[in-house]
Amino acid sequence: MGGFHIVVLVKPVPDPECYDRVEIDPAAGVLARQGMPSVLNPSDRHALEEALALQERYGGRVTLVSMTPESSAETLREALAMGGDEAVVLSDRAFAGSDSLATARVLAAGIAKVLPFDLVLAGNESADGGTVHVPSQVGELLGVAHLANVIRLEVDADGSVRARTRIENGYVEVEGELPMVLGLRREVNTPRYTSLMGVLASQEKPIRVLGAEELGVDRSRVGMEGSNMRPGKMSRPSFCRKGERVKGDPEEAAARIVGILRAEGVLG
Amino acid sequence: MTGGAKASGRGGAIWIVAEQAGGKLAPVSVEILGRALAMAREAGGREVAAVLLGKDAGGLADELASHGADKVFLADDPRMEPYRNDAHGAVLARLIARESPEVVLFGAGACGEELAPTVAARLDTGLGAHCTSLDLTDGGLLMMGVLGFGGRVHTEMFCPARRPQMASVKPGIFPPPPRADRKGTVVREDVAALLEGEKIRLRAVKVVREAPEGVPLEGAEVVVGGGFGIGGKEQWTLLEDLARELSGAVGCTRPALDEGWTPGEHTMIGTSGKTVRPKVYLGFGISGSPHHMVGVKDAGVIVSVNTDARAPVFESSDYCVVSDFRKFVPALIRGIRKAKGEGAGEPSPA
Repeated sequence: MGGFHIVVLVKPVPDPECYDRVEIDPAAGVLARQGMPSVLNPSDRHALEEALALQERYGGRVTLVSMTPESSAETLREALAMGGDEAVVLSDRAFAGSDSLATARVLAAGIAKVLPFDLVLAGNESADGGTVHVPSQVGELLGVAHLANVIRLEVDADGSVRARTRIENGYVEVEGELPMVLGLRREVNTPRYTSLMGVLASQEKPIRVLGAEELGVDRSRVGMEGSNMRPGKMSRPSFCRKGERVKGDPEEAAARIVGILRAEGVLG
Repeated sequence: MTGGAKASGRGGAIWIVAEQAGGKLAPVSVEILGRALAMAREAGGREVAAVLLGKDAGGLADELASHGADKVFLADDPRMEPYRNDAHGAVLARLIARESPEVVLFGAGACGEELAPTVAARLDTGLGAHCTSLDLTDGGLLMMGVLGFGGRVHTEMFCPARRPQMASVKPGIFPPPPRADRKGTVVREDVAALLEGEKIRLRAVKVVREAPEGVPLEGAEVVVGGGFGIGGKEQWTLLEDLARELSGAVGCTRPALDEGWTPGEHTMIGTSGKTVRPKVYLGFGISGSPHHMVGVKDAGVIVSVNTDARAPVFESSDYCVVSDFRKFVPALIRGIRKAKGEGAGEPSPA
């Protein structure tokens, strides 16, 4: 067997550094995120790193798959500069407004188009939505074993898998066989830096764009229309408190805070 | 795959999926049960049921009933321990399809966070992730409050057409309900029948639970938090000294975690970490990004210490101290010792 075909799910997200600039359009009740640069979702780098390490060990192919507007394709070029053989962009107006399950439906259709796959790796969560739904739901829709919260991964040449998943105050060792879909947490590895060679090589790598037609997805099952979840009102949460300034030098300020601790009954 | 259902009548049951480990219910399970009971009351009476999967878990089923669950569906079987998303997902999806509850709530601990989307996909229904509020509208719709963009945008989410309406909730969002000492019905399920024809592919070969270091964040009356402004691992010990003095827990922001100054992910407070509700939160060197402040918004009192008088964190604080924590913390420790009548000894060197 000439290595595995690994699909890495990647998502361009608005740069988390710019989240302070997210505005809500009060009239339309929608997000205005113009001018926010896209970056590769941070935990996706860890998924790509894991795929590249497996490719270095066993050979095979690494395909990046992303459901994103075509305008974000440059972010995929950035990912390809880190590594991977090609990218497949799933882009169609019909996909807009997809909830996690409708997104998983598009991704599963996209993965089916690059069949056969052995392993699908994804960042555990996206920085913008952060539902942690997509890896499990893609696994369910593809009808294969899946795990989220993976913090360590071993894959043998024969396709047997040992994964360590994070639980509260500990971990679980899980075994299974490929094919699998895994959501990786950031603890799993340290992503490599992109080299200049990588940037140059990425210019030659193919980026295929597939729409609803090519994927053969039922338009009524994707996008806003195909989403079970519907958004209602949006607002900006307020964390405002009274903000009283405590005056004085450190000793005086500390004395005041000790008084507050006493009043709250936490001094034992 | 088990088929889900379209929305039908009102007044259906509210379910919670309970999580257990080591002979104990996960605290989040009791928290969401409390919210389910409150919603049932507010809606003028609905059946509240819990589902419990495990081995030799009968005692915990009784405990869920005593907390107020009218009914507990108990899948007690060696195949239900330890947790695996395929075995648990199959049993849950079939139970839900059979009983058709209106609402199903999951705790978003590490297992529930994975189990909930698995079940939602099997049932083709909607799932709200990491909800910070749950309410039933007059029309019987579950209004799920969720935060996006690192806590900067709050959205009300609905699942209008499919049933059940599902939601996951992180630990610490809802306070635990008072013990009700009620007696509900425990329904023992035939796990073999529920698993019939299901492919179980995963094997959980080892479960390791590490004893947490220090005081856990959950349930701590005092939480000391540190951010990027702490500046290094050596200074971090100053926060640990202060927490020890107050029998409190130490938490951190995402940037402080990324710098490697803290024991690990389990100490991070914020939208992608923990939610705490201490009586007092003492924050040091924290900028005040919504990502973090979401996790402490239910604290009784928030005291923030920052060298920058214009730090945004002060807007989200009750008491604001403009000071260098390296001077302030030792002074505070001296003050606390004095107040506790232990004399004004010098704090142990950091």
